[in-house]
Amino acid sequence: MAETFLELKDIHKSFGGVQALKGVDLTIRCGEIHCLAGENGSGKSTLIKVISGAHEPTKGEIYIEGERILHLNPIIAIEHGIQVIYQDFAIFPNLTVAENIAMNRAVSTGAKLMNWKGARELALEAMEQIGAKMDPDVLVENLSVANRQMVAICRTIINDAKLLILDEPTAALTSKEVQKLYAILRRLRDKGIAVMIVNHKLDEVFEIAERLTILRNGEKISTGMIDEYDRNRFVKELTGRNISESFYEPKASEEEIFRAENIGRKGAFEEVSFSLKRGDVFGITGLLDSGRGQIGDALFGINPIQSGKIFLHGKQIEINSTEDAVRHKIAYVPEDRLTQGLFLDRSIQDNTIAASISKYFIRGKLDEQAMYQATVEWIKRIGCVAPSPEASVRTLSGGNAQKIVIAKWLNTDPALLILNGPTVGVDIGAKYDIHQILRRLAGEGIGVIVISDDLPELIQNCNHILVMKNGRVSEIVEPSEVNETELATMMSSQ
Amino acid sequence: MNQKIRNFLTSNEMIVVYIIAGLAILIGSVNHAFNSISTVVNLARTMLVTLIFAMCEMLVIVSGGIDVSFPAIASLAMIATGNIMLKNGLDNVPLAFLMGAIIGGVLGTLNAVLIAVVKMPPLIATLGVSSMTSGATLAIFGAKILTVLPAKLDELYKVSLFTYTNPEGITYSLTVLFLIPIGICLLMWFLLKYTMFGRGIYATGGDIRAARIAGFNVTAIQFFVYIMSGILSGIAGITYMILMRAADPSVLMGSEMMVIAAVVMGGTRITGGHGTVLGTILGVTLISLIKNNLIMLGVPTHFQTFVIGLIMIVGTSITSLKAKHIANSAKI
Repeated sequence: MAETFLELKDIHKSFGGVQALKGVDLTIRCGEIHCLAGENGSGKSTLIKVISGAHEPTKGEIYIEGERILHLNPIIAIEHGIQVIYQDFAIFPNLTVAENIAMNRAVSTGAKLMNWKGARELALEAMEQIGAKMDPDVLVENLSVANRQMVAICRTIINDAKLLILDEPTAALTSKEVQKLYAILRRLRDKGIAVMIVNHKLDEVFEIAERLTILRNGEKISTGMIDEYDRNRFVKELTGRNISESFYEPKASEEEIFRAENIGRKGAFEEVSFSLKRGDVFGITGLLDSGRGQIGDALFGINPIQSGKIFLHGKQIEINSTEDAVRHKIAYVPEDRLTQGLFLDRSIQDNTIAASISKYFIRGKLDEQAMYQATVEWIKRIGCVAPSPEASVRTLSGGNAQKIVIAKWLNTDPALLILNGPTVGVDIGAKYDIHQILRRLAGEGIGVIVISDDLPELIQNCNHILVMKNGRVSEIVEPSEVNETELATMMSSQ
Repeated sequence: MNQKIRNFLTSNEMIVVYIIAGLAILIGSVNHAFNSISTVVNLARTMLVTLIFAMCEMLVIVSGGIDVSFPAIASLAMIATGNIMLKNGLDNVPLAFLMGAIIGGVLGTLNAVLIAVVKMPPLIATLGVSSMTSGATLAIFGAKILTVLPAKLDELYKVSLFTYTNPEGITYSLTVLFLIPIGICLLMWFLLKYTMFGRGIYATGGDIRAARIAGFNVTAIQFFVYIMSGILSGIAGITYMILMRAADPSVLMGSEMMVIAAVVMGGTRITGGHGTVLGTILGVTLISLIKNNLIMLGVPTHFQTFVIGLIMIVGTSITSLKAKHIANSAKI
């Protein structure tokens, strides 16, 4: 059995009257990759802050390398080799790679002068250690997210990290970059560094983790080797409910809701044709630059189509602007909901009725009562966890905020609902809810188009999947005929 | 290596060099009087005080803030020092500079407290301090211009680094005061490039939260920056008084626009985190060249203000567009 690096016993932490952590135990061994999983609000971030010394626990014991630490603060934590890489990396975009890597160490050793040559050597050495290749003299603002993360990792290494904690490290990475990151983390593990990853993406957890700890509502649910878990146990313990992974198989119908004939837009996609029948949840996938997202933008009139025809309920329609789309009862949940889909500082009610406000404008007055009732109703129908319709959307978790975007459009009684990346950044429980909502809507006769690169999501929830490649339709498949790997191959094969 | 040369040739500094060269050639070909050493001497004289101001402004902007109070601080330092010395019969050059530095330092501390402790937006804080300071200057010392300075201060004006007599027999001399901005530039260059404290100023301007996490004392950095700016403004005020052989409470007011234009033109990003001493020197050179010599092109005086505004907009657009380009371009 490997040596224990960090041990937490019965950690409690409360803020005012709110109990964020209720007696959490955690053991991290040297040279292991440990995954901390939990949904939003499960207490993961509080736990990380306890480990990094940013929060002092209200009760509980902390042992680092067997030694009891009474008052852990950030400086002591760093001295013991605990390093946290937050989601925004806390690096300086205006400084060079070398300086970013060397900066923290220079500050902590109390250096008075800037040693440029030393910083460069240190940076090259750290990059060598993790197998990264970057020009040390380039400004970090020119780097991709993945490389910024490399800079952050290099910085922790030269600070003699013994425990490296990464907060949702894969959130902004492409799948190729995720693989590269994992290779680096495995390399660090082999050097005896303990790595703790905060993540709740099921597939990634199973790929990288050796041991797993699941938190829910501030309590530790379980800890164990990864092979003691299967997907069902993981999901069940994470969400606290039984979520079965069932396939969507609607009743076959001949009633056509939507049809696209050879639609195209220069530089985005061309000759795309498909048809959507009553009850269908229609999936569109492809790589990031395959044109999948642009189809959504085009059908909603943001960047309209330039060729081809579209039909809604058998009638040909023209969509040259978002106003046209709204008039024809097309609704769109954009990819970046925070900036395109929501007014973050306005209330849930304001957001819910934002796209349908004219409905409530009666004789020069807004019908407050009806607006309130509609909002309350939607909160209930879509299973949004919200204190009240007056709460601002900013206070909601990602999953609940996404439900409000969907509610906003459903309140317009849409004929066609297009969702672009509907569950990005949404945790498993809420994701499941959203999928159920989509199925229900399709059953009610609303055309549903889901644009996503989350292949398991598409396979489970759609009954047709259109695969885009280089702006053209590569194939339209039935999910029952393909598995994830085959879909991925269709997207990327030459 | 090719990439490095290309980066150098398209750097902010080089762009300003091209503009300076282009402008010099244009003025020189239209008006041959421009091609003379006297132009250089005059230019150096014009740049002298602007350069000190530009150094403190650059320092503040790099840290992520802005300071518009330096003309008011310099004016108060100049008038107060002049009046106090004359009234008390004091006559000592180092003492004059020390008094200017102290007055500037006190007002800089006020800026720092408002910004780093009270957390006011820097523009509002320094605007307020500027207005208070210039009001106090006029209320306490009046609007009178002091034309007779203590003898030793006045003598310093006549000490020259070198003199040049042109064929027509007119003598141009470069005052010893020019050593002050040179010294400040060297000091600033060393501070910003080679001390951890200086790098902390860049770090703070780049990402204040990350700077805190990295272990920098951000409050101390902000205090230093605004106090330093105040001290240098005070010194600039005394320098100006000696250079002009008079203390005028209103002559410097309104120069902040031109200084900010020069700093921004020199590649300092108004959003903080970017800026160099060399770039700032070039920016000041360009603005001074325009101010001094645009008239040689037949451009009317009042048109210069227009040109300086235009340069500020163009200069800021170049840096903004560059930043936008970097944000949008493919990352490595």
